[in-house]
Amino acid sequence: MQSSVTTTNGAIASEYQEAPTEQHGHADYRMLGLVFFLVAETMIFMGLFAAFVIYKVTVPDFTKELELLVPTINSVILVSSSFVMHKGQSAIKNDDVKGLQLWFGLTALMGAVFLGGQVFEYSNMEFGLTEHLFGSCFYVLTGFHGLHVTAGLLFTLAVLWRSREAGHYSSSSHFGVEAAELYWHFVDVVWLVLFLLVYLL
Amino acid sequence: MSDATIHHGGDRKWTDYFTFCTDHKVIGIQYLVTSFLFYFVGGALAEVVRTELATPDPDFVSPEVYNQLFTMHGTIMIFLWIVPAGAAFANYLIPLMIGADDMAFPRLNAVAFWMQPVGGILLISSFFVGAPQAGWTSYPPLSLISGKWGEELWILCLLILGTASILGAINFVTTIFKMRIPDMDIHSMPLFCWAMLATSALILLSTPVLAAALILLSFDLMAGTAFFNPTGGGDPIVYQHLFWFYSHPAVYIMVLPFFGVISEVLPVHSRKPIFGYRAIAYSGLAISFLGLIVWAHHMFTSGTPGWLRMFFMATTMLVAVPTGIKIFSWCATLWGGKLQLNAALLFAIGFLSSFLMGGLTGVMLAAAPFDIHVHDTYFVVGHFHYVLFGGSVFALFSGVYHWYPKVTGKMYDEIWGKIHFVMTFVGFNMTFLPMHYLGMQGMNRRIALYDPQYQGINQICTWGSYILALSTLPFLVSMALGLIKGKVAGRNPWRALTLEWQTTSPPEIENFEEMPVLWAGPYEYGIDTESEDGDEDIEDMLTEVANVG
Repeated sequence: MQSSVTTTNGAIASEYQEAPTEQHGHADYRMLGLVFFLVAETMIFMGLFAAFVIYKVTVPDFTKELELLVPTINSVILVSSSFVMHKGQSAIKNDDVKGLQLWFGLTALMGAVFLGGQVFEYSNMEFGLTEHLFGSCFYVLTGFHGLHVTAGLLFTLAVLWRSREAGHYSSSSHFGVEAAELYWHFVDVVWLVLFLLVYLL
Repeated sequence: MSDATIHHGGDRKWTDYFTFCTDHKVIGIQYLVTSFLFYFVGGALAEVVRTELATPDPDFVSPEVYNQLFTMHGTIMIFLWIVPAGAAFANYLIPLMIGADDMAFPRLNAVAFWMQPVGGILLISSFFVGAPQAGWTSYPPLSLISGKWGEELWILCLLILGTASILGAINFVTTIFKMRIPDMDIHSMPLFCWAMLATSALILLSTPVLAAALILLSFDLMAGTAFFNPTGGGDPIVYQHLFWFYSHPAVYIMVLPFFGVISEVLPVHSRKPIFGYRAIAYSGLAISFLGLIVWAHHMFTSGTPGWLRMFFMATTMLVAVPTGIKIFSWCATLWGGKLQLNAALLFAIGFLSSFLMGGLTGVMLAAAPFDIHVHDTYFVVGHFHYVLFGGSVFALFSGVYHWYPKVTGKMYDEIWGKIHFVMTFVGFNMTFLPMHYLGMQGMNRRIALYDPQYQGINQICTWGSYILALSTLPFLVSMALGLIKGKVAGRNPWRALTLEWQTTSPPEIENFEEMPVLWAGPYEYGIDTESEDGDEDIEDMLTEVANVG
């Protein structure tokens, strides 16, 4: 309980009669930290995208045709994996650890398929990294995104690994699950922008 | 156990300062001492540069070494000195100022600190493989053809330090948002925290873009791509856009924390409430926002079309408005105060005058016609040293003296502190003021060989730089004498109102024995607070706070 005294210039002077039981009432500060981290990640991609767009606008004959079949299938897989993962988060909210493991396992599988698709795509590419500016942009942008998918995959596997321990995640404590999910959604959204910019436009 | 509730336990040993310690106070000291070590390295490089420039011929060092020297001087001073020094203050002070027991992510904090020595050693080791020669901006295509491995080490160093700075910023904002004592709303928070909020926002939005530029530059260097190489179809101007999208805000990343320091020092030592608390707080955010949209004013001579120059010219000049609000608020805080002219306040006043000068030449440079005339001359060198040395470094010393009793529990030596100020102020102005004239007369920057007509003024600059270098000695003497035989400071020697002064000096490991009490707003000095219904006088409460130690 506290009482406040207002001084002449309007500032509040308060005294404590008893200290609150917990100083940091907010457990969600970890989520806030993750959000700020993702803001920074977004800005890296913005920098890379900005360079790509400038080249696209200013360099003559910049754009090259790309095979669309594999990346389109990949996009569908990645986008649906976000929904699959969300099922996992809903499961743990009902204390259903088995459900969490099922859906997160499926997500990890889909992520791995996406990466496999990317490797397949690279191996059938008609140009290399240094042939022309578009090739350089293509490999750096998709490669940097692939690195993020790999990180997200490891994140998901870490959650799976930890969920083996009984009671590690529960309906009241599952920050790791939510963080992995948020990161995965982020990687997903970045892919959609990348797909639009590099493949479709 | 969550990160925020790690208990440190036991007494602080000196060995803790050399280990992976998660205590924010230890990390603050680690940051400050490390950054000071790099300050001495960067300063020594600058002295060699100035010695070379004492004569018009490149007779002291070869032009190649000269290029390495100014490149490394710039890089070290910016990325290993002033940016980490801001983080040092933030790490030490933010949890204490908001009544928290540590940062939100202590382990992340320690990781971010230990990246500093790693990055620094990588950068300095580039001397063994041919240090980078392309200036701290590393503009391609020059950076692509002058010393591959030195350049690559430079990139690695910056990527590591940039990551550290992002991790630090995440920690600062989360701590400020989530860990204030329940009584402290965002508008009763000390202005230093506001300044770090604005700084962290800038770091989060701009530093990653530099990382993008460096990744592409690294591919050009090591993998043979041609993002920035015109011979392969690339465009070096793209690098300039990405680079300055970070490096212009970086100027504010370097000065905003010290604007915060000044906002803390001035009211305490002039016994006056800060003038315009909200104006100062919000103008910091305004500076951050404007800082993000003005980068191309560094590129007025890079073939930027006229209409675009107009936009960047206007927005750049707009930065003068929030900066002016701050300067006038600080002057109004001093006005009519009971000034205690100790080293802390002297440096704060030195900051005001020097930074004002840097700001004014900044407005001049914002005007494209004038900028085109003096671009890449010593006028620019003079300008940014007035901003970064006159702004950041003066305020940094002011902060070091101000919080010295809190950190060490002893008082620094006042006389040597004042000698330090006088030598710094004289040496600083003697070094950098004549550079404006040199630049107007047309002397280029980044050259070892110059026209003999500039020799006289260059010698004044060089002598000034020697005084500036020597001024470090009285500083070290004052610090050392304070430790050896300084008088015991007690909890609150300045009778200040912010929360960090409520705990012991030096603060105990858990920061506060019990939750600190917010007696008043942070800056309610010397006001008559006898309220109508006979509540306690705040000055009485202050005295009580001051006497506990």
